[in-house]
Order: sequence, then structure tokens, then C-alpha cells
Amino acid sequence: MVKVKFPTVFVQITKERKIEIEAKNVKELLDKLFERYDGLKERLIKDGELTPFINIFVNGEDIRYLKGLETELKDDDEIAFIPAISGG
Amino acid sequence: MKVIALKCKICGKEFPPKALYTCDNCFGPLEVKYDWEFIAENVSKEKIKKGPLSIWRYVDFLPIENVDPIDLGAGYTRFIKAENLGKELGLKNLYLIDDSTNPTYSFKDRVVSVAVTKAKEFGMKAVGCASTGNLAGSLSAHAAKANLPAYIFVPRGIEKGKIIQALVHGANVIEVEGTYDDANRLATEVAEENPDWGFVNINLRPYYAEGSKTLAYETAEHLNWELPDQVVVPMASGALLCAIYRGFEDLKRVDFVDGEVIMNGAQPAGLPIAKAVKSGGDVIPVRELKTIVHSLAIGNPADGMFAKEIIEKTGGYAEDPSDVESIEGVKLLARTEGIFTELAGGVTIAGLKRLVEEGRIDKSDVVVAYITGNGLKTGESIVSYLEDTIKIKAKLEEFEEVISW
Repeated sequence: MVKVKFPTVFVQITKERKIEIEAKNVKELLDKLFERYDGLKERLIKDGELTPFINIFVNGEDIRYLKGLETELKDDDEIAFIPAISGG
Repeated sequence: MKVIALKCKICGKEFPPKALYTCDNCFGPLEVKYDWEFIAENVSKEKIKKGPLSIWRYVDFLPIENVDPIDLGAGYTRFIKAENLGKELGLKNLYLIDDSTNPTYSFKDRVVSVAVTKAKEFGMKAVGCASTGNLAGSLSAHAAKANLPAYIFVPRGIEKGKIIQALVHGANVIEVEGTYDDANRLATEVAEENPDWGFVNINLRPYYAEGSKTLAYETAEHLNWELPDQVVVPMASGALLCAIYRGFEDLKRVDFVDGEVIMNGAQPAGLPIAKAVKSGGDVIPVRELKTIVHSLAIGNPADGMFAKEIIEKTGGYAEDPSDVESIEGVKLLARTEGIFTELAGGVTIAGLKRLVEEGRIDKSDVVVAYITGNGLKTGESIVSYLEDTIKIKAKLEEFEEVISW
């Protein structure tokens, strides 16, 4: 099981902030989340790609700098969805 | 009420004007939507002229309702006709806004003064930010004035001078292993867990960003309510360039000015926004930040795509000077105008120099460059590029020998 944390802005759809779920990689995790939460896929995927406004981190590392959707997951990994706000 | 809603910059969905920053429909960033009829009725050039000598002279354009501002005196800084630098670069009408003279020595006082005032208006219990340094110093000072605790997340290895400033004001400074982006991710998580804390560049971001619009208002006011032909703005997240553009647009909305300003950006080599403008491609985040200009080193710039769009729409360009060029920029400004700016200011001057050399800025254009921070904060990083002192014995002959060189 991996630990997943959602930002407040997901709560309207997910109804919860933290869940545990079984997934081998980020792609499988997303597929399971899309199945579980109605409306999440339409918001997160634009033109076949992940929206640039949400970053996905595995154990604190942006998946862009790991293997993207192919990033492998193991038990107790922490996955966080975080709005892409930086600088100012 | 001036502020009628927060509006998604992407899909346009509107939200009540609370401490929100992300759209729940498309996850896009939110911006302030104003009641322009109300503003046009209330604002006047006369009223501004009589206002305080700070950003609060433009209160009618700022997203604050009826609350006393947390005002350390941010803004309305020196507006200088840079004759010497202009001559060096071949420009007849070069002006600078010198924000190295702000209360905490950077432009961040403009945005922080607005954001901390908003935190007070919302009745928040604490304020915080992720910072590369300048924001940390500014937020600490404004939090002290507002009697609010401050939590500041900085990346490891930041210039010590900038942390000292935050510490002296009594902020809790959390030095996070990794880059700015790591510190920022952690701060965003903390903001998510503590909705009654105001993280100025996260959950107060839509309001915070508005503070930088005052640079546009000042530019126009000092030019007797005319717009410059071109401006050059340093870029980290791109938020500053976007805000200055919005500021010029605001002035047009209330019929204070007309015309168009060409918006140019400057960012250290290798960073995403300038790279995207130069290549014509998308703004793609980068992981490795090699530049010594820490205050502009943001790998995943939140407003990058919007800044690029504005630069292209207004016919501007972005330049990406190297670290050495930026240090030369700092020295050139110091030598010609007597202003000691931080490395970000060096990037701006070096960017300006390139834009002139490429013929993108005409000799007679009215140009304004924004000097956003003070050189004493990053002195350590340029000291090895300066001439050494001249060492002599306490003898007149030795000094005479020196001047005979």
C-alpha cells in the first residue's frame, strides 16, 4: 500500500485528504484514482497530458525528475499532489 | 467593495474573495477581479498626488477593503534618470526605479505590505512564505509590525545576510535541505494543513501579487502620466512582469494613460522563462539551477507561461545573461549611477545591455528598468570579482607612488 495525500482543492471530488491504496507505479495509481473519483480525470488530464498546475511528488521528489508516470512505487511510499505555486 | 471575486486565470470560474489560490475546476491559479466602476469613481490623479509616499498612495487599485495597512513605507522609491548608464549603453531616455531603497531593501516590501495587510483583514493567526531571501527579510519585518508570528522556509546555502535580516525580526526561519523548489513544496504542504495561516506567496498569492502593480503606477506617475515605450523586468517566477503589465492595463482602464508598453524580461542563463521566449517553445521546468543569482533561481516558475505570453503579445523579448555578465551589470550600475544592486539587478542591467546591442531597444525610446534589490545583501557573492585594496605602509612616499601609477 502507498500513502496518498490530496490538496484541499481536491476535496470537493475526493471527499478526503489522505488515503492508502495499492499501486505499482504512478500511472496505475492515477488510473485507480480516476476510477474511484468521478471528475478527477477531466480536471487533471488536459489534451492527454497532466495539467501543469498540479505537481506530483513521490517521497518529496517531483515525478518529472524521476520516471514520470512510469515512476515505480513500493510499500509506504508517500505520494503528494501539490498545486504548482512557486516564486513571487 | 473593490474586490468582487477571485477568478481562475485559465477557465474563468469565479470564487468568493477568500484565502484561495487554486481553481477547483481546472486547478489553474486565481487572480483578483475588481469592480472597475467602483474604482473609476473613487480614484483620481489628484487624490494619488496627496496620498502617502508609499504604495498606499495607490490604495484605490489595491485589493484591500477597510483596514489600516501594515505600512513600513514600501514603494514610491527613487525614480532616476540614468544619464551616465544611458550614455554608456547608448540610450537617451533611460530611467530606473530603485527598489534597493525600500524599507527592507527589495521590491518584496510592495507585495508583502499588501499580503500582510490582507492577512490582518482575514484575521489570520500567523504568516509564512518560501523564500530565496528577500521575501524572508520583508515578511519578517512586516510580521513584526503586524504582531504576527512568521514561519519562513529557505533553501540551504542561501546568502547569510538575508537570513540574518529575517532572524533579527524574530521570525522562525526553517532552512530546508534542497533547492528553493523543495522549500516551496514543504511550505505549500504546511499552508494546506493550516488554512488560518497566511502564506503570502501561496494562499495569499492572488492578493500578494497585486502589490507589484504599484511599480507600473509609479512609472506612469513619475513620467507625468505617460507610459514608457519599453520596460525591462527581472524574472524569477514571472509574477513581477505580469503584475507590472496588469498595472499599466489598470491605468488604461481608468483613462489615466493610453498606449502600449513593450515588456522585456531578464533571467539568468538556463532558467525556463527566458529559455522559452528565446526558443519559442513552452516553459519547461528545470531541476538543476546552476546560476549564482539565487534570488531569480526558480526551476518551476508558477507564472512562467503568463509572463511569456505577455512578452510575446507586447512585442518584447527576454534575455538570459550569464553569471559573469550579471556581475559586470552590478559593477556597471554601481560605477555609473552610484547604485549598488544585488545580482538580480545585475541580470536586469545585463539583459538591458543585450537588448540595446541587438537593436531591440531604440536609442530614443523611453525605457524603464526595475532595480529590485540591494547589493549589500549579496556582497559575499561578488567580492571575489572586485579589485583588491591597495596596501601600503603609513608613509606619504608610498601613497605618492600609488597615484603615479
